[in-house]
Amino acid sequence: MTNGWVDIKNTDMMLIMGGNPAENHPCGFKWAIEAKRNRNAKIISVDPRFTRTSSVADLFCQIRAGSDIAFLGGVINYAIENNRIAKDYLVNFTNAAFVVKNDFKLPGDTDGVFSGFDAGKHTYDRASWNYAAAGGAANAGAPGAPAPLPEKVDYDLTLQNPNCVFQLLKKHYSRYTPEMVERITGIPKDQFLKAAEMYTSIRKDGDMKMAGTIIYAVGWTQHSFGTQIIRTAAMLQLLLGNVGRAGGGVNALRGHSNIQGATDMAGLFDTLPGYLKVPTPGDASFDAWMKRATPTSSKPAPWDSWNYYGNTPKFTVSLLKAMYGDAATKQNGWAFDYLPKVDRDYSWTHLWDDMYNGTVKGMLAFGMNGVAIGPDSNKNIDALKKAEWLVVGEIYPDETSEFWKSPRVIAQGDMKQIQTTVYRLPCAGFAEKDGSFTNSARWLLWKNAAVPMPGDCRLDHGIVAQIFLKVRDLYKKDGGKFPDPIMNLTWNYSDRLNPPLAEVLKEMNGKALADLEDPATKQQIKAGQQLPGFAWLKDDGTTSCGIWIYAGSFTEAGNQTARRDPSDPSGMGVHPGWGWSWPANRRVLYNRASCDVDGKPWDPSRRQVWWNETTQKWVGNDVPDFKADSHPKDHMGPFIMNPEGVGRIFAPLGAFADGPFPEHYEPIESPIVNPLHAGQSTNPMVTRFKDADDKFGTTKDGFNVVCTTFRLTEHYHYWTKNNPMNVQLVPEPFIEMAAEMADEMGIRGGEHVKVSSARGEYIAKAMVTKRIKSMMIDGKKTYQIGIPFHWGYRGIAEDEGKTARNLVNSLTHTAADPNAHTPEFKGFLVKVEKV
Amino acid sequence: MNPTRRDFLKLTTVGGAAAAVFGFDLKPAYAQLRVLKIARANETRSTCPYCAVGCGTIIYTIGDRAKNVTAQVVHVEGDPDHPTNRGTLCPKGASLEQDILNDRRLLKPQVRRPGGTQWEDISWDDALNEIAARVKKTRDESFIEKDANGHTVNRTESIAWIGGCTDTNEFNYLVVKAMRALGVVHLENQARV
Repeated sequence: MTNGWVDIKNTDMMLIMGGNPAENHPCGFKWAIEAKRNRNAKIISVDPRFTRTSSVADLFCQIRAGSDIAFLGGVINYAIENNRIAKDYLVNFTNAAFVVKNDFKLPGDTDGVFSGFDAGKHTYDRASWNYAAAGGAANAGAPGAPAPLPEKVDYDLTLQNPNCVFQLLKKHYSRYTPEMVERITGIPKDQFLKAAEMYTSIRKDGDMKMAGTIIYAVGWTQHSFGTQIIRTAAMLQLLLGNVGRAGGGVNALRGHSNIQGATDMAGLFDTLPGYLKVPTPGDASFDAWMKRATPTSSKPAPWDSWNYYGNTPKFTVSLLKAMYGDAATKQNGWAFDYLPKVDRDYSWTHLWDDMYNGTVKGMLAFGMNGVAIGPDSNKNIDALKKAEWLVVGEIYPDETSEFWKSPRVIAQGDMKQIQTTVYRLPCAGFAEKDGSFTNSARWLLWKNAAVPMPGDCRLDHGIVAQIFLKVRDLYKKDGGKFPDPIMNLTWNYSDRLNPPLAEVLKEMNGKALADLEDPATKQQIKAGQQLPGFAWLKDDGTTSCGIWIYAGSFTEAGNQTARRDPSDPSGMGVHPGWGWSWPANRRVLYNRASCDVDGKPWDPSRRQVWWNETTQKWVGNDVPDFKADSHPKDHMGPFIMNPEGVGRIFAPLGAFADGPFPEHYEPIESPIVNPLHAGQSTNPMVTRFKDADDKFGTTKDGFNVVCTTFRLTEHYHYWTKNNPMNVQLVPEPFIEMAAEMADEMGIRGGEHVKVSSARGEYIAKAMVTKRIKSMMIDGKKTYQIGIPFHWGYRGIAEDEGKTARNLVNSLTHTAADPNAHTPEFKGFLVKVEKV
Repeated sequence: MNPTRRDFLKLTTVGGAAAAVFGFDLKPAYAQLRVLKIARANETRSTCPYCAVGCGTIIYTIGDRAKNVTAQVVHVEGDPDHPTNRGTLCPKGASLEQDILNDRRLLKPQVRRPGGTQWEDISWDDALNEIAARVKKTRDESFIEKDANGHTVNRTESIAWIGGCTDTNEFNYLVVKAMRALGVVHLENQARV
């Protein structure tokens, strides 16, 4: 979330789409209700099903799963056509005025792809996806390398230049007419126009006081173009001047208690902690890596850009000092060779495919039920059959640790042929260990252990520590391949076998390795002291910090994540003394954009930060997300993490794999051909695996029902199927289908139905409902069904024989978004039969 | 009017008469209904492990945390001080007590051997020694120091780590340290899916 849960109470308008917070984030949704009650805020709910969020909405639109870009693009078109845009914000705080290179072409002009597409290789040459340099200068770059962003960008503040970002945006989305939106999404034109009118009404007559928020969850991420859906939302918010404002922003409702923290911490192949870029084999040295990974500013000459990622070397050296201590020296490039180099996609679906094809031989799975999570659970089971070893750390028996006795394996009768050794280690539950979670609002909150572990359980992190130290002992004793990073990894915890997590958080926060002094304020920090924040980080080896964005979380003043001051002096839901939020305890990101160019709040009744002429500083109710002494007349951009300093309506160069503007592509399995361009129906940058288990269905094969998966209030993922009370509340799986569809098929509620995709089957009772209705998609009557995914083959109901012991994700496929690599769990094709 | 269980207890626990009438003493039960269970419990501030709202919870345990006492959870409720949830919990958070006290919990290390049809018990020492040996063997057999272009890559593509949604920040950090040090590149998390 750019904003936070409590901040939702400040909004005037909510577009809730790709998420159902009333059911899936119930205790956070109260703040949406507060906004409705106290500010007369409106809710627009756009969802394939009429959910409990929809039931309290002012307007509901039923959308076909996977058509969200068409809807949002249509709203952008409506906002531009009806002049409901934030003109000053757009010109000064976004790249709307930037001029794009002449050879850049839109998909409307080039058969559904952007310029530079190689149809044979399915790759893009992105050289044309760039700004034009001021004065017609060629963009300078190293010989042979693609040209970087120009230092001085050509721009037109009147927004009239036909190749400026705003004109390109206007042209691109002019194709997303209400009629086109209706054909693609199934939302009748008049309904769509109501939604577009309502959402953009906050900018009626150019008034800037009101703020609108967009709230989403995995209904947006789980598509073969998920990142681009979210980008469309971000662009709409920039166009309307909603980012950085109380009650505004782009708000991802993360699904789990510490998914935000896991993302921050880079438990992912392609990043290092704090969103630093991993090194590639092409980076010959630490310096070469930093040269590639550190952006330089790119902006109109008279403007200023802080380009905060210009500090990347400081963050990176400090990380390597935290990891390797004295073994990381300037001479060895801060232990650059110790880091594995990454130059291909090792993400989730590739990981399973690599196991399926024999490359991955061993896996450690901690609290991660990969078989049930899918996609394509059958493929994951088949992959595990080929692994040599699997280590599962869990608190309950799960599908992954028992893949070898899954119904699939039993049906195929090959249990005794499976050579995989599986270790299942009993771990600690949440109440049995301390540590911090980072919630969706970026708040780090410390929790305490309340009860001892039962039986012979051990702490999860202790188990990993014990395995690692045993591996290290083996290398010490027997030698082996490149032991240096293993031998030199810092592990100086007071209990090495069970590292106290508060000590780990201190390491993550970072400390001074030598005496430091701030030249401006003369403030001193002694060697060994905790750092107050990331502004102190150095690239000369005198600081260590495990994750730069968490610097400030555990200072000399103690564990900031354990703070419990509930007060809210401004009354705006900031709660600056409750826990600690990254970065720098800021609660609303980009909050400088809550003010006009002169540094005065757009809405004086909701003051977040502002320029104080007397002290010549940015001050406020929140921590300013800005250079504290940058005078407004210097025109520094509020989006300090971008080299441009401004928000990116056009995302240049390689920022996104599949285009600088989002374009509607059909899901990989779709009931229709893309009405915008039949020749390029799906996302051209999506790769599909070609193994025997990777099958795709079409309407020609009878797969003509759109299927989406969802979650219930009463259950959590694949966890609460072990909790008696939750199982009592919703004891059985079901398949939600339209009454009209059930009537046509002669199915009554409670009867068993079988859903099949090209990959697998799923049997459960029908829940016949009016919450889903048939839709007209491009003139074709189409049904959607929805399946909650909380059941499997191990659980209370499963073990009692009360379910078909099958997994919803045996239906889903492995094609993934080329940017975030998240698979397309939603909007695939199935057929439905009465059992 | 039918007496409730509580009335029944009140009526029948006058003096020691109940012991004589019923053959057992109801005094402890009577004492129990006069004092709320949580009145003598310890409060531990925690965070709900489910969705990303991160609701504050209070876990009530009996037992004074002395070395010879095992804390027993008696109740879990929403933390009224928490700015986000203000004391509320959803049906999942409200049932956390049954997650903490749950007879389906895994309690001992187990192994399924190649070709095996059931779980076998294994000691922690044996399990961890075997796992460490396998990690080392797989790493040594698969470690790539240089790629086809002669660039140093120092990675293994044969070991994967998949991490969960309820791992603390600190656990995630230790995992990233240990796995990157081993050269693991198949490093993924629920955050992806």
